[in-house]
Amino acid sequence: MHVPDGFLDAPTSVATGVVAAAAVAVSLRGARRELDDRTAPMAGLVATFVFAAQMINFPVGAGTSGHLMGGALAAVLAGPWTAVLCLSVVLLVQALLMADGGITALGTNITLIGIVTVAVGWAVFVVLRRVLPKRLDLVAPAAAVGALVSVPVAALVFTGLFAVGGNAPVDLAAVAAAMFGWHTVIGIGEAVVTGLVVASVVAARPDLVHGARPLIAERELVTRKVVVS
Amino acid sequence: MSTRRFFAVALVVSLLVAGVASYYASSHPDGLEYVAEQTGFLDSAEDSATADSPLADYQTTGVDDARLSGGLAGVIGVVVMLLLSTGLFWLVRRREPVDSDR
Repeated sequence: MHVPDGFLDAPTSVATGVVAAAAVAVSLRGARRELDDRTAPMAGLVATFVFAAQMINFPVGAGTSGHLMGGALAAVLAGPWTAVLCLSVVLLVQALLMADGGITALGTNITLIGIVTVAVGWAVFVVLRRVLPKRLDLVAPAAAVGALVSVPVAALVFTGLFAVGGNAPVDLAAVAAAMFGWHTVIGIGEAVVTGLVVASVVAARPDLVHGARPLIAERELVTRKVVVS
Repeated sequence: MSTRRFFAVALVVSLLVAGVASYYASSHPDGLEYVAEQTGFLDSAEDSATADSPLADYQTTGVDDARLSGGLAGVIGVVVMLLLSTGLFWLVRRREPVDSDR
């Protein structure tokens, strides 16, 4: 879903640029809690893998393709704050080196792929982790559902941005329907890749999976806070 | 699996995906591009300022063989990503002793 230059007007691009910069600044502080000597190299590899995986477009029928966005994947593996930074580095390298995604659209792409898919993917994952049985083998399916939901939501957020600052006068309802429909299909691919990768890492090294840590800690720790709402 | 071995496997997988498997990726337009074309706003897209970069569109300028050109761009991208992101996360990480439950 890399937005090229020109789709959105200057004010909208500036606004998403401000949102992206603020999110990166907040994430730099938040990621400090997620990163230590062991998880920092892990996070670097997560970002690197997401970059590689984004090169693989899979066909979704009727002459269209999609690729992993990786927000939910990075959030579950490395933590949500770190994931925003992972995706921001990926999008920066893609825009500067590969001309994939525009330069003035970098803020828009960080907002859509770096913030929205991470936030939605992580939120869905955390809710599922809370309601599902506390088992390690349910981490990957929960991550997959987060991934599935994150893609069409990002597509709708793009449509919203396009409604505000689109540079072409087109039928917005048609854009929304097509964006939502195609990206729901792409979301299935996102879910499959995310589920397989998370399952592999959980099988090999569950302690390196950020989203699995409470489940591991629970086995070892007896002390827990009970929050009454 | 030792941490070192796990990281090595992850790096090799990333290099293979970007350097080899990427050749077999679908060349159809992605979801957004397709929708833009169908609904009529694809023409508002402009060339990126980096469109003349030596690795633009994941192809290496001056390398004619498509498989090699794309594979090389992918491998360079992976190396840049690894250095940039690991460097960033190494700087951001907390240095004090770590609680075991975090």
